[in-house]
Amino acid sequence: MSDNNYEPRIVVFACNWCTYAAVDLAGTSRMQYPPNVRVIRVMCSGRIDPQFVLTAFKQGADGVIVAGCHPPSDCHYISGNIKALRRYTLFRRLLDELGIEKERFRLEWISASEANKWVKVVNEMVEDLKRLGPIKIEVGVV
Amino acid sequence: MNSRPKVAFYWCASCGGCEEAVVDLAEKILDVVNLVDIIFWPVAMDFKVSDVEALPHGAITASFINGGVRLSEHEKVVKLLRQKSKLVVAYGACACWGGIPGLANIYRLEEVLERAYVTTSTTVNPERVMPSQSGWVEVDGARIEVPKLLPSLKPLDEVIDVDYYVPGCPPTPEVTWNAIQVLLSGKLPAKGSVIGASSRSLCDECPLNKTKPENVLIKEFKRVVDFVPKPDECLLVQGLPCLGPVTRGGCGALCINANMPCTGCFGPLDDIHDYGGKAISFLGSILDLEDEEQIRREISKLPDLAGLVYKYTLAKSSLKNLLRSERK
Repeated sequence: MSDNNYEPRIVVFACNWCTYAAVDLAGTSRMQYPPNVRVIRVMCSGRIDPQFVLTAFKQGADGVIVAGCHPPSDCHYISGNIKALRRYTLFRRLLDELGIEKERFRLEWISASEANKWVKVVNEMVEDLKRLGPIKIEVGVV
Repeated sequence: MNSRPKVAFYWCASCGGCEEAVVDLAEKILDVVNLVDIIFWPVAMDFKVSDVEALPHGAITASFINGGVRLSEHEKVVKLLRQKSKLVVAYGACACWGGIPGLANIYRLEEVLERAYVTTSTTVNPERVMPSQSGWVEVDGARIEVPKLLPSLKPLDEVIDVDYYVPGCPPTPEVTWNAIQVLLSGKLPAKGSVIGASSRSLCDECPLNKTKPENVLIKEFKRVVDFVPKPDECLLVQGLPCLGPVTRGGCGALCINANMPCTGCFGPLDDIHDYGGKAISFLGSILDLEDEEQIRREISKLPDLAGLVYKYTLAKSSLKNLLRSERK
């Protein structure tokens, strides 16, 4: 489906306290990973309304990652990550029913020290999305 | 007589309930008929499309169009009505956001036809007779033009410019009457407004609202087939996924008064841009479980989640262009 030049666009919503710190750590540690991600920092994964994720897809994201602190107890705000877990467990089921491939959305728990996990998640997702191809093949575009 | 405002009614892909809703104005419809001339209403009056074509542009004061656009004929007639009308009102959930027929956008056109004409259990069609998609059929040697089914259902405002929206499945007589009065008042609200309904959520007018705690927390989702809900306690507290918190009010809580949860036919509140996304957000937040397995088990009790949270708004959702009906 996709040609060799296809580069997927991935929008990441990362919580300030864990995942964003891990992204920072990966940077300061000079870890190499694909440049396909656009990271948006939010204070807590519990703040990420599913409407944000839907808007990312609407505006052309091929994949979206929502990432926060490990449940049950790493959340800086006590239970924001649990709220994200409930919302995005529902959301994943919704995407499935609407025929959107499950590889296009990931909910990940990445702590401030897990730069390695961050790099692994990005690598896996880029690989999955390159295999799937763009989310929308425009009519008339080969 | 000619000085009275001209009004047209038209139906696209709809069930006919919105036409009933107009008639449900009961004796008030006589007041409407005294104030306006109805010049086109296929379900009730014998005017032809050619009568509309003969009118000068802008001759119709307001066209009330219900149903989503699914046939080439719908597309043709609504474009004609737009040309001839000063105001176009999307009347009812289907015209506003696609409604229940919009749920078919999850499937490709061929799948929809296969289901409707072959695999439904009440259908016997061994020869697989399908509607003509060429736009023409031969009957006894005569060529007859027939409408084509479009690849997906479009809400009205994706086909023509829409001035106002009247929500509901169908809009209640009160909402319809309110909307007519707004239009006749001469003080028109901003283009694109929802008219006739409330700007606050259904919970705000719900008779059970006083029994709704500050934080609703439930351990399980239930369905109306599972039990008879108590008539005097918030249905969310009883475990039913009632969509009142994210749905526009104005219906008078009809379903709640019949002990049924809100399914969202009045559509999103003004500050919600994706109804289903917001519904998922609040349903997730009231489910008081912490273990992923348990959460998944509870969610599995809701069959057809997409049909629950997007019952009337799928064709208007953020993902509308990424559904299978739109993808190659």
